[in-house]
Amino acid sequence: MKMLLKYKYSIVWIIIMIGLYFFNNNLGHKAYRITVSNIKEMLLFLPAIFILVGLLDVWVPKETIIKLMGEQSGIKGFVIVLLLATVAAGPLYVAFPIATMLLKKGARLAHILFFLGAWTSTKLPIALYEIASLGLKFTLLHIAISIPAFLLIAFIIEKIVPKDSLNMIHEK
Amino acid sequence: MNNPILYLIILILLTVSFIKDRAKTKKALLKAWKSFTNILPEVLSIMIFVGILLAILSPETISQLIGTQSGLLGVITALLVGSITLIPSFITFPLAATLLKAGAGYAQVAAFVSTLMSVGLITLPVEIKYFNKRTAILRNGFSFIVAILFTIVVWQVMN
Repeated sequence: MKMLLKYKYSIVWIIIMIGLYFFNNNLGHKAYRITVSNIKEMLLFLPAIFILVGLLDVWVPKETIIKLMGEQSGIKGFVIVLLLATVAAGPLYVAFPIATMLLKKGARLAHILFFLGAWTSTKLPIALYEIASLGLKFTLLHIAISIPAFLLIAFIIEKIVPKDSLNMIHEK
Repeated sequence: MNNPILYLIILILLTVSFIKDRAKTKKALLKAWKSFTNILPEVLSIMIFVGILLAILSPETISQLIGTQSGLLGVITALLVGSITLIPSFITFPLAATLLKAGAGYAQVAAFVSTLMSVGLITLPVEIKYFNKRTAILRNGFSFIVAILFTIVVWQVMN
């Protein structure tokens, strides 16, 4: 019963999908196919990321994270999170557990918010894909505008939101 | 980074970790499993919702909405559609290239791609669970503004 309750939204959406199938066979089948392929992609990605986060969590000491991206890390810290986001892979929701793990270990909130911003624009595999599909000029404009803007946003949100108000769940 | 390389790295790290400290490795895996099962209900419902949404909002429909001569209305539609949906990047870029070929301007494509990557209304519940309501809403709101800014620049420079 507890299990069913946890998955109540999924169950509702599945019922809606079945409804869609009876309303329009084609659409329902298509929705099913897209869902299955998305879930496959997610199942290929998420467990790997969580194992990585788990390993980092137990092996990397708090002091290291504080030194690399804590309150005192300054510009060096921003460069480190930018590099981290650049070599990353996967959709944004993959970045959330990494971000909260780093926050828990003492990373500064502005650095982590910038990390999320960079994740959405400078990831190398994605940027290469973007260049191939939309051109170098487009991609360079995208990065050149996003990076300074997200840096500014990181400072603004840090000013508004106190770090200790964050949930920072990742294993509860 | 593709999946085989990712898993190879994980496997090597796990092996090294296991050799060095079995208890710590077990703890890491337990944490990983807890995090995974903790977020799975949300992620799963998002996946099913996106499946239904994308079935209705097919690439053909999207290119009709933000295709040829769609102008400012096309830009606004692209910003909104991009903010709501969640499309894997291996679909996003071919789709964006197709949109360009189908006659959409760079501005519409910029609006679509930038909001797709940085604004996620569908993933908002997950983001709130990890951070909190205020942070999640602020991050998405500001990212939306950045997407508009990027779209305006592309419109001026590339169209």
